[in-house]
Amino acid sequence: MEKKPLKQDIEEPGRRAWLKGLSLAAAGLLLPGCEGKFNETDLQAFFQKNFREIPKEELRKVLERLGEEYSAQYGQPVSVKATPPKEGVSFAYCLDLSRCIGCRRCVYACVKENNQSRTPQVHWITVLEMDKEKGVDIEESNIYYDPETVPRPGKFYMPVACHHCNKAPCVKVCPVKATWQEQDGIVVIDYDWCIGCRCCMSACPYGARRFNWGKPHVPAEEFNPETDYLGNRPRPKGVVEKCCFCVQRVRQGKYPMCVEVCPVGARKFGNLLDPKSEVRYILENKRVFIFKEELKTLPRFYYYFGI
Amino acid sequence: MDKTRGKPPAFSLQPSAFSLILCCGLVIILARSEEGQPQKKESQPEKKESQPEKKESQPEKKEGQAGKKDGEPEAQSPAQSEAVPGDVIAVAPPPFSAGIFPCSGCHEDLELSPIPHKMTKRHKEIVLNHGPTDRWCLDCHTLNNIDKLHLASGKLIDFTESYKLCGQCHGPTLRDWKAGEHGKRSGSWSGKKEYLLCASCHNPHSPKFQPLKPLPPPVRPKDLR
Repeated sequence: MEKKPLKQDIEEPGRRAWLKGLSLAAAGLLLPGCEGKFNETDLQAFFQKNFREIPKEELRKVLERLGEEYSAQYGQPVSVKATPPKEGVSFAYCLDLSRCIGCRRCVYACVKENNQSRTPQVHWITVLEMDKEKGVDIEESNIYYDPETVPRPGKFYMPVACHHCNKAPCVKVCPVKATWQEQDGIVVIDYDWCIGCRCCMSACPYGARRFNWGKPHVPAEEFNPETDYLGNRPRPKGVVEKCCFCVQRVRQGKYPMCVEVCPVGARKFGNLLDPKSEVRYILENKRVFIFKEELKTLPRFYYYFGI
Repeated sequence: MDKTRGKPPAFSLQPSAFSLILCCGLVIILARSEEGQPQKKESQPEKKESQPEKKESQPEKKEGQAGKKDGEPEAQSPAQSEAVPGDVIAVAPPPFSAGIFPCSGCHEDLELSPIPHKMTKRHKEIVLNHGPTDRWCLDCHTLNNIDKLHLASGKLIDFTESYKLCGQCHGPTLRDWKAGEHGKRSGSWSGKKEYLLCASCHNPHSPKFQPLKPLPPPVRPKDLR
């Protein structure tokens, strides 16, 4: 009886350290043989930890390395930040269904701001066109509408992106914990930790997640060099991405890009914990509608009727 | 069969050799993303330490939200309606056509008729489609001081304060606009916001929002390349 715990206590760390050393050495020896070209940065990238486990000093190095990598790739200085969430901030988003005219300005502003792949096309926002008579009915919705002008008579428009649920099914199902909710409510993805299993995509009831089927292509002249690790930095092929509430903007105090660009002012963003914020005013005074409320995902994205 | 079954135990008797092969195999075969798994095993103790911290802070967040949703609205909403940012509003300049302001530039020497009539020489492009059909210029513009607008009370206001004029009829909209609900906000969610005048989006002479050409629809999955 006594032998077993003793054996584990003494032998486990030793064996573990030995295995680690061996695997490191083997990697160092074997990888250059596989790749032909091999340097220190590749090794650092190979052994990079999950974002939440990277110590502060190491994170700075990681961000620098990524910045250099992207700068070389896009031929311009690219900054990669990892601004932490602020205390006393809990983000929420409100969208006025009575005002949205379905012009898709938000979709393309988002593509530009967040460096989404142009080919193959990735859009984080989907705008559904629905019948006023039938109400919110996804089965009857159309996302490929393309009339001369919008809004079309008898139709209303419902843009859908990540709802940043407080009980996010995508976070729950991720087998490698590559996606999680931050303190300020933003559900983020570590693109370097994602294994591309797409479990989160099938779990998301809002269809908000996108998979990079091909290597994302963003023209260098359209590349947004102000990036965040958890937001709009370039994604590799084979990972999942989605709306990040423009984390690179909102953590600097700015509005998300879709809010800035909406020509009818249907999009509202702010801090739930600030009683003077627009979102609080809307939640307290307007008719608010939570999409798929019955699923109890507790979204931070609220639809409302301003008129 | 017996021989093959017999071999693995013999193998497992030599842990060093077995783990060597296992490790090399791991390193060569496993994809980059899967590399995390051995590391994860090692870092699990740390993770367990850090997870409770996160869990501790999550309830705080939820408490804050619950508190807000249950108790605060009643307490906060009256205060909010009182704290209208009346003079704080930094409004974008009025959307004048180029060279049109000050109006007195042309109007100084012109004598205006106080009687409603059709425009025949100037301002012919202006189509009044705003409320009652008998509305006309001097309901809002001022006869003797053309660079100013006036309220129903006769009080003169600048074009930069035109929202006060609009708010005379559109009270709830003005209230929502002040609270940031109606109309577009830009700038900072936490700090200085830029407000647009009503006239920046709604042509005051014909305020219905004009339809727009939508940007192209997404590519269908079958055409995705």
